[in-house]
Amino acid sequence: MDYQLGQLDALESEAIHVFREVAAEFERPALLFSGGKDSIVLLRLAEKAFWPAPIPFPAVHVDTGHNFPEVLDFRDRRVDELGMRLVVGSVQASIDAGRVAEPGGRWPSRNRLQTTTLLDTIAEHRFDAVFGGARRDEDKARAKERVFSFRDEFGQWDPKNQRPELWNLFNTRIRKGEHIRVFPLSNWTELDVWQYIERERLEVPSIYFAHARRVFERDGMLLAENPYLSPGPDEPVYRTTVRFRTVGDMTCTGAVSSAASDVDSIIKEIAVARTTERGATRADDRASEAAMEDRKREGYF
Amino acid sequence: MTMDILRFATAGSVDDGKSTLVGRLLYDSKSIFEDQLDAVERVSLARGNDRIDLALLTDGLRAEREQGITIDVAYRYFATPKRKFIIADTPGHVQYTRNMVTGASTADLAIVLVDATKGVLEQSRRHAVLLSLLGVPHIVVCVNKMDLVGYSQEVFERIKDEFTAFAAKLTASDVTFVPISALNGDNVVARSPEMPWHEGGSLLHLLETVHIASDRNLVDLRFPVQYVIRPQTGDHRDYRGYAGQLAGGTLRPGDEVLHLPSGLTTRVTAIDTLDGPVAEAFPPMSVTLRLADDIDISRGDMLCRPRNAPSVTQDVDLMVCWMGDQPMRPQSTLTVKHTTRTARAQVRDLHYRLDVHTLHRDQDAGVLRRNEIGRVSLRVTRPLFCDPYSRNRLTGGVILIDEATNATVGAGMITGSGGLD
Ligand SMILES: Nc1nc2c(ncn2[C@@H]2O[C@H](COP(=O)(O)OP(=O)(O)O)[C@@H](O)[C@H]2O)c(=O)[nH]1
Repeated sequence: MDYQLGQLDALESEAIHVFREVAAEFERPALLFSGGKDSIVLLRLAEKAFWPAPIPFPAVHVDTGHNFPEVLDFRDRRVDELGMRLVVGSVQASIDAGRVAEPGGRWPSRNRLQTTTLLDTIAEHRFDAVFGGARRDEDKARAKERVFSFRDEFGQWDPKNQRPELWNLFNTRIRKGEHIRVFPLSNWTELDVWQYIERERLEVPSIYFAHARRVFERDGMLLAENPYLSPGPDEPVYRTTVRFRTVGDMTCTGAVSSAASDVDSIIKEIAVARTTERGATRADDRASEAAMEDRKREGYF
Repeated sequence: MTMDILRFATAGSVDDGKSTLVGRLLYDSKSIFEDQLDAVERVSLARGNDRIDLALLTDGLRAEREQGITIDVAYRYFATPKRKFIIADTPGHVQYTRNMVTGASTADLAIVLVDATKGVLEQSRRHAVLLSLLGVPHIVVCVNKMDLVGYSQEVFERIKDEFTAFAAKLTASDVTFVPISALNGDNVVARSPEMPWHEGGSLLHLLETVHIASDRNLVDLRFPVQYVIRPQTGDHRDYRGYAGQLAGGTLRPGDEVLHLPSGLTTRVTAIDTLDGPVAEAFPPMSVTLRLADDIDISRGDMLCRPRNAPSVTQDVDLMVCWMGDQPMRPQSTLTVKHTTRTARAQVRDLHYRLDVHTLHRDQDAGVLRRNEIGRVSLRVTRPLFCDPYSRNRLTGGVILIDEATNATVGAGMITGSGGLD
């Protein structure tokens, strides 16, 4: 016996420790579940952390109204299987209530609007700790994020004033109205996530796998034909084989040409991929080099 | 073969080439994606550089990019077929000691950069002191910018001797020296033909092969109880499990354990996970224990071996790295978090402040300011089950929290025989 944990076991153990720490120290935690691969892994880890007891907090989904239907189906099924309560925050409702305005233009993404809906949902349910599936390898701004990331009463993140994190000790102190975003997958990479999905035989929404779909190209990005965005006259719609590397809104999540039809071939594809999942496929992050940082300061995921 | 993880921190003064080195490691190990490279290329060109500035790859937040310096710990990831690496990229500014302490707290290894054209500076000594204080088991001193000194063996040897002489005064870690040029990639990923006199391998080779399994304490069983699992439903109506992450030692079903604070002993009947029972648990595994006897056990308690218990004490002596905006003063009250236990504490005494450059102990110091280190005595409201930090980093480390602002204002390493005290 060499008493050395493999990479996935070490990451899993660290994440389970984080889940238990939150359950022990917070009164009203919740887990953000989008139906995407990271939150699928997150749910699995939560299941492991409390087994044989059920997961002791609800799942929260911020529904933009522009989600892939396949992903919503998947979300409902998974939450049901685990017997969790699902809280849905609706961006459409925020728009209808006049809390936010629908953007127009070439990229009418509701992505940024999610922040308001998310913060409203957190306030309404008085959640004091909210698990997210963000990873530090996703983005430069994320690279500095703490595992327990403090948010003030406005939900804001202050990157220059973060609590230092030492050993496996986490400062969980907050005042009323403040909350902590907790990122158990901080140290995971995209490849780790897929390897874990393979090892645990986790189901993921079908859009991650290669499938035939009608798409059009906009600013170099391959978008799914969808009810919320009309292709321009110079943007012909055609049918081809694609898959998605992230699941976001239909309006801003780009597809990649791929024949990867199972987890194993996705892992092979990522191992040699030459672009990040966000750079390749997220219009929201291409807006500027500091796009993610700006959104995060406001209280984004 | 399963891959393991090596966590390492980087330390160096401004302009020693830390960002360039990390960028080089990521770039040469093909962990940089094209879109990241494109962005860096654009910025490099805009700044009028004629080649890509690898340092930009690791430049995080906007404020830092604008100031052109690294100001906070950032984490980077890369993997080779042998290992996954987690880099805690920590800045070298005097005022940011706290970042280095943070990054080093979980590091298996630290890279200390020394600029070959400048030699061992005051800052290099400070880094060595902090790394020793934080108990980082392996230190690799990279003598950088060797291209600027004609790849001279003599320069390298002189720096090596100077550093070794200073490090001898510190608690011993395993120290290795590598001459590199981060800019050109010499001895970073592959051995450089420019320095045939260098007998060791490249930096990456070292990172891939350094043995870390025995760095954790596998001798003294320490299981801080984190969370009690009681489903109270269906098939598991009578289930009661004690969940936590092993902080030391190894544990098998059937082992006798001592419970603190009660002093009662019992036996482990099963080590549970969702994936099935575990035959032997060791750090840092997160598991759930079932016990033979019904003892009142809650979060913050500790399980250990009957004849190998940690100290149980309300008087704790530690080396504190202060991180608060306001200075730490004797008599002030703080919250201390140690393993899964939280208590209130009063600062009884500040014995001395340590000058991290000269190792001088200033016994007249009345307060400890941000980024200063000193030896402190705390009196805590409930006993802690602790070990000297030098024996176990997890049962020897604490964080200190300000009760008014909730900020994390200090990190403490419990002293005892054998440590730096
Ligand atoms: N000649 C030479 N220059 C280097 C080397 N490594 C870094 N530099 C330069 O030193 C300067 C500071 O490097 P940087 O990585 O930003 O330092 P940091 O402040 O420690 O992160 C930059 O201009 C680098 O191009 C090296 O090995 N050789």
